[in-house]
Amino acid sequence: MAEVFQFELVSPERLLLSEEVTQVVVPGTEGEFGVLKNHSPFMSTIKPGILKVLKADGSVTEFFVRGGFADVAVGGLTVLAEQAVPVSDLKPDVLAQQIKDAEEDVSDAKDPEAKRKAQETLSQLLEVEQALKAA
Amino acid sequence: MPSLKDLRNRIASVKATQKITKAMQMVAAAKLRRAQEAAEAARPYAERMGEVLANLAVAFEGRDDAPKLMSGTGNDQVHLLVVATAERGLCGGFNTNIAKLARDKARSLIAQGKQVKIICVGKKGYDAIKREFGSLVIKVVDLRSVKNVSFADAHAISDTVLSMYEAGEFDVCTLFYSEFQSVIAQIPTALQLIPAVLPKKDDAAADAGASAVYEYEPDEAEILEDLLPRNISVQIFRALLENSASEQGARMSAMDNATRNAGDMIDKLTISYNRQRQAQITTELIEIISGAEAL
Repeated sequence: MAEVFQFELVSPERLLLSEEVTQVVVPGTEGEFGVLKNHSPFMSTIKPGILKVLKADGSVTEFFVRGGFADVAVGGLTVLAEQAVPVSDLKPDVLAQQIKDAEEDVSDAKDPEAKRKAQETLSQLLEVEQALKAA
Repeated sequence: MPSLKDLRNRIASVKATQKITKAMQMVAAAKLRRAQEAAEAARPYAERMGEVLANLAVAFEGRDDAPKLMSGTGNDQVHLLVVATAERGLCGGFNTNIAKLARDKARSLIAQGKQVKIICVGKKGYDAIKREFGSLVIKVVDLRSVKNVSFADAHAISDTVLSMYEAGEFDVCTLFYSEFQSVIAQIPTALQLIPAVLPKKDDAAADAGASAVYEYEPDEAEILEDLLPRNISVQIFRALLENSASEQGARMSAMDNATRNAGDMIDKLTISYNRQRQAQITTELIEIISGAEAL
């Protein structure tokens, strides 16, 4: 049995999860990373994706997170996400709407930098959609 | 002296008003509970954000390459005031108090020779401000169609503010809102958004933070650049939620007062109605008796 640590998932609207878990897989901007107990202090921004939580009783909960950052401190892991929805509550049409918005952003973007960023968000969202379909 | 019929009408109309104020009070009470819950639910996020920013800020203290959102433009000539109020009236001194605080600030800034620009969130604040500073108001954000404030609303406002800042349209940004203390106490507050005022860590926490060497991915500068605009959205979101809780609280106590006043008025009117009715009966009786005696 792996050791547990404190994990909190917070969105601006509410505190989604605060409990002891054994492992969390976070979709970081520069790659997914797993966090176990006694991870060294670490901070990363996150990209839109699926956050996987392995609870102390062995069950797995998945959340769709978007925009924000993860903060691994001595006390545990805190993920602050601008948007966080349990995957079970995630409607395909919500995601489809976001993809549509992202596509509009790409076509509306004026300077190349903004276009690149919008394109990145779009591809990340599409990736998530793929992942969800596969699941 | 109003006639009996006038009094009857008067009583009926005050009773109708009382019913309305009573209903409004009850609605406000129900909404207050929801608004308070929303404000409380948003608190952990804002607190965490503050902690993380304070952590990061330590690393940047005294460095020249700190982001402009934190260090400011090095100027304080142009001030932007974001005044957040309610969309509706009938909530006691709520809107007036916020507008008054903002007006005082604007007046003192102008007296110091600074330039002032104003963004109004909510119609009532604009109404109160436009008389004196109408020409300074550059934008009015309308949230009338919004029932429950969501993060997206706050985000839209912060986007406006940030794009103005990047365009160099102002140097210092202050947000005005009302902090919710209790149903009877709401405190109009001015909060400086840009340059960011970060919570100072106490020494013990600072030591703990310093001993733990953080790794950053991407590096500190990029994270900070990402976080500061986010922090502004969060602060605005928090202010809007506090505001909506305060508004409902203020409305609740205002309507409670109004209901009580209406009750007092009904009592007074009823007494004078009864007196008059009695006087009329007495007069009629005297007329009948003296008529009978004359026979």
